[in-house]
Amino acid sequence: MAEQQASAGADLELRGIRKEFPGFTAIEELDLTIPAGQFFALLGPSGCGKTTTLRIIAGLDQPTTGKIFLSGKDITDTKPHERKVNTVFQSYALFPHMTVLDNVAFGLKQRKIDEPMKKAQDALNLVELGHLGNRRPQQLSGGQQQRVALARALVNRPSLLLLDEPLGALDLKLRRQMQIELKAIQMEVGLTFLHVTHDQEEAMDMADTVAVMNKGRIEQMGAPEKLYDRPKTVFVSKFLGQSNLFVGDVVEENANSVSIDCKGHKLTVPKARAEKHSGKIAIGVRPEKATFHEDGAPAQSSDLNVVGPGEIIDIRFTGVSNQYLIEIPNLGEVTVFAQNVGKSPVTELGAKVWVSWKVEHAFGLADLPVTEDK
Amino acid sequence: MKKPWGLAVYSGLALVFLMIPIVYTIIFSFNDSIRSNTVWEGFTVRHWTNACARADVCEALGNSIFIGVVSTLVATILGSAIAIGLVRYRFRARAAINLALFLPMATPEVVLGAGLAAFFFNLGFPSGMLTTILAHVMFCLSFVVVTVKARVQTLDPALEEAGRDLYANPNQVFWKITFPLLLPGIISAALLSFALSFDDFIITYFNSGSVSTFPKMIYVAASRGVPAEANVIASSVFLFAIMIVLVVQITGSIRRKRLSKMA
Ligand SMILES: Nc1ncnc2c1ncn2[C@@H]1O[C@H](COP(=O)(O)OP(=O)(O)OP(=O)(O)O)[C@@H](O)[C@H]1O
Ligand SMILES: [Mg+2]
Repeated sequence: MAEQQASAGADLELRGIRKEFPGFTAIEELDLTIPAGQFFALLGPSGCGKTTTLRIIAGLDQPTTGKIFLSGKDITDTKPHERKVNTVFQSYALFPHMTVLDNVAFGLKQRKIDEPMKKAQDALNLVELGHLGNRRPQQLSGGQQQRVALARALVNRPSLLLLDEPLGALDLKLRRQMQIELKAIQMEVGLTFLHVTHDQEEAMDMADTVAVMNKGRIEQMGAPEKLYDRPKTVFVSKFLGQSNLFVGDVVEENANSVSIDCKGHKLTVPKARAEKHSGKIAIGVRPEKATFHEDGAPAQSSDLNVVGPGEIIDIRFTGVSNQYLIEIPNLGEVTVFAQNVGKSPVTELGAKVWVSWKVEHAFGLADLPVTEDK
Repeated sequence: MKKPWGLAVYSGLALVFLMIPIVYTIIFSFNDSIRSNTVWEGFTVRHWTNACARADVCEALGNSIFIGVVSTLVATILGSAIAIGLVRYRFRARAAINLALFLPMATPEVVLGAGLAAFFFNLGFPSGMLTTILAHVMFCLSFVVVTVKARVQTLDPALEEAGRDLYANPNQVFWKITFPLLLPGIISAALLSFALSFDDFIITYFNSGSVSTFPKMIYVAASRGVPAEANVIASSVFLFAIMIVLVVQITGSIRRKRLSKMA
């Protein structure tokens, strides 16, 4: 009679989801497929609609339009308690009138799973709170409550686990530890995880696929390395790591590459790495892909972009790498990261330098930065 | 630091002043009186050992308890449901109902009592137990709604959502999450409601016909001197109330101590 627990994750598909609140559209248009067993991260700034998306999947909110499929079945109209989906709430939402252990056992008891208390205790041990089962949630620290919320959802082994910033309140060490733990659980049981976070490192670190959300839309989606290597919009290039962007009109186009003229500098991007090939476009490069030269401009070549000369106006030592901010007259500021490997090139403020990067590291964006002229 | 003597003396006097009628009532429950209980005639525990010697006293008490319990039950259940509905759902008559619930609290009791009596009379309802209970339910209801509403407003909707997410159907969510979390509010509403009903004289006087209640009996008896049995009952009610307060205080402090030891 006891219902079987989910032995593996299910795949999730959102088709044309739109969510309007009175006077506000929280989600414009959302299409998303998460294959079974994936660790999927939804990354985006505050207020972009991440929690709303999770609530719709959990069944706590109805989408204005669109359909939700879990394992191919349309669950748009099923009630939350009928969905094999569990949520780790952003606000924890632990039941204050129950002990920690009873909180964790709640879902198991509802489904009449055998040995709910033992399984709940195991789940608590997993998040290292086995000794606090008799306490009330109010007697725990924020980080401990968060871990209880995690255990309470995980213990049900749902087909799909929704995590709304489940590690936000933890310190760095515990956070890393829980990330490893979460990833291990997810791999072991093969559950599908939909993990919402602000933290781009966490998303890149843990997820198989990252979707970057902005203002109620998904701007770009893909493997973390891909997303980092080749962002397609200004927002993604700035939200996932840092970028130096240059805007100009396309002045040359051949079979393999596109070049723009940016205030007298000719900058080139491989055609395959550019979203647009004509008109005014933005070209970017990651700070760690750029290097600077203090003894004269490097030789012009077709596979190198060079800008300068400019002046080093700020140097920051961040441990493993140094960050240099270089002001180039009428081009603006360029950031360069240099590995801190002993023989640091120049470390003087005010030094006159040129900045270069390989054409193959450049990327061309689909849109333009809002404040292109400052 | 200078001790605030003035304040201490003032509060001491205020306390004594408040306690005088209660102490008087308790002392005279031991008065060896037969009819009138106004002059001290010697000590006896006779009235305490046989509180129902005067049948009318006990009957009035029984009626008061019965009316109190029934109207509290009805008012608490109805009022809690109304409170949840008013907070949770937006509907057209919401503002009007909120206002209507305040009216019985704002209207002078004499007006309310007389109005209700006229209303029952016009409907052809004979005054008695039923009309008394209906009247009590009506004025207790407002207090229950206000008390429970305050509690519902502080209830985090995310908790119920977490319940729904964890496989509880709406019915189970109510009984396992909503209700236990509202219970302290519901209990204080019920206690308040019972106290109001038990204590009410004016509205009861207009609507109870020949049914005697404790306050009514005392009022009638007051002209001839309240029987000492009434003092016994009044003292018992007072001691009972004190006991409840003490129990709540003590269990609360024990719980707090246990929590702080564990933390
Ligand atoms: N019930 C509601 N009524 C109106 N607007 C709402 C409602 N719920 C959310 N919103 C709005 O929808 C937008 C998206 O909210 P959501 O909670 O999904 O953001 P989020 O991406 O989870 O942000 P955060 O990272 O801060 O948690 C916000 O601008 C919010 O103000
Ligand atoms: Mg959120």
